[in-house]
Amino acid sequence: MFEGLINFVDGVSSADNTHKPSKKKVKKYHHHEKTITERLEDDVLNQKSDSFDKFYSVVAIIMAIIIIGSLLFTVSFLPSFGDPTNPANNIVSEKYIVEGVKDTHAINLVAGMILDYRAFDTLGESTVLFIAASAVIILLFANKTKKEHEAEEKEEQKYENKNDPILRHGALLIVPAILVYGIYVVLNGHISPGGGFSGGAIMGAAIILYNLAFGDKSTSEFFSFKIYKRIIISALMFYAISKSYSFYTGANQIHSIIPKGVPGNILSSGLILPLNICVGIVVCCTMFGFYSLFDREEI
Amino acid sequence: MIYTVYILIAFLLICAISVCLVDNLLVSLIIFTAYSLVMSVIWLFIESPDLAITEAAVGAGVTSILFFITLLKVDKMKDEAGD
Repeated sequence: MFEGLINFVDGVSSADNTHKPSKKKVKKYHHHEKTITERLEDDVLNQKSDSFDKFYSVVAIIMAIIIIGSLLFTVSFLPSFGDPTNPANNIVSEKYIVEGVKDTHAINLVAGMILDYRAFDTLGESTVLFIAASAVIILLFANKTKKEHEAEEKEEQKYENKNDPILRHGALLIVPAILVYGIYVVLNGHISPGGGFSGGAIMGAAIILYNLAFGDKSTSEFFSFKIYKRIIISALMFYAISKSYSFYTGANQIHSIIPKGVPGNILSSGLILPLNICVGIVVCCTMFGFYSLFDREEI
Repeated sequence: MIYTVYILIAFLLICAISVCLVDNLLVSLIIFTAYSLVMSVIWLFIESPDLAITEAAVGAGVTSILFFITLLKVDKMKDEAGD
């Protein structure tokens, strides 16, 4: 466009002047004419944005290289993996490792840490998850009455989409196995690796697969919004009350009535097993809640 | 055994770079899922099996399902805009 403009201007100016003018001169000569000026300005603006794009990408690449370099430089100063002289191996972790089984009666030290020594933090994390889900639900349910009519129409269509025989038979085989594995991981949280969060995520994935295969109607038979609310709130309340009791007795040097049991048994390690179950239920429900908020914008 | 971890980490790097470079969003999501699966195997090798379980369930399972649903919805919105 710019070239054509110059040619046009060239032609006009060559009619007036016998000698061939330089391009710079022509630009100056026709600068005062309005239409051409606007077109020139447009051209200049476009050119500017092009050069700005190039500048932007070059600076982005340079910034990325600087950030990657500084991060790698910092990583090179980190202590090596598994070194016994690392700063993390101080008196706190030594106490957990040496006296963990005696204190908490849990073979899985991670479970003993997050649900006994640091149970208050885990309560906070569960509450944060609950508050995040509640905020999303409140935001999305604000205009539910408007959408109710639309949702009914869409429901039939979606139900037909999900009527896939391969998915159904595959899910029929897999879902019970995944659910049992998730329950196993939750119940053995204090003995073997795993625990409430891992097992809850596995169970949530199983329920999501069930929902994908069999549609919303069959899922809502056992999992509706009312049940979701009741399960999550009662699990969190149980967690808070039972942990308050154990904090109260621990702080006042009162003997707790909760039996510790023999380390290694399923029914052992005091409150860790019921708390694992609570966390697992909350995580399972929240996983499915997020999925169904994404999929249908309701639970 | 340490060489197995190196091979897996090399695969991880290839996955991470190709997620950004692939044009098709569906393909890049599948690569992202493969990334999470390899990551969970690496967690197993460095002796944190509980993290491996969580990574396989959350990273490869739930997160990719959420991404696929989002992609499906975006495609639907594009189709409606096209009509």
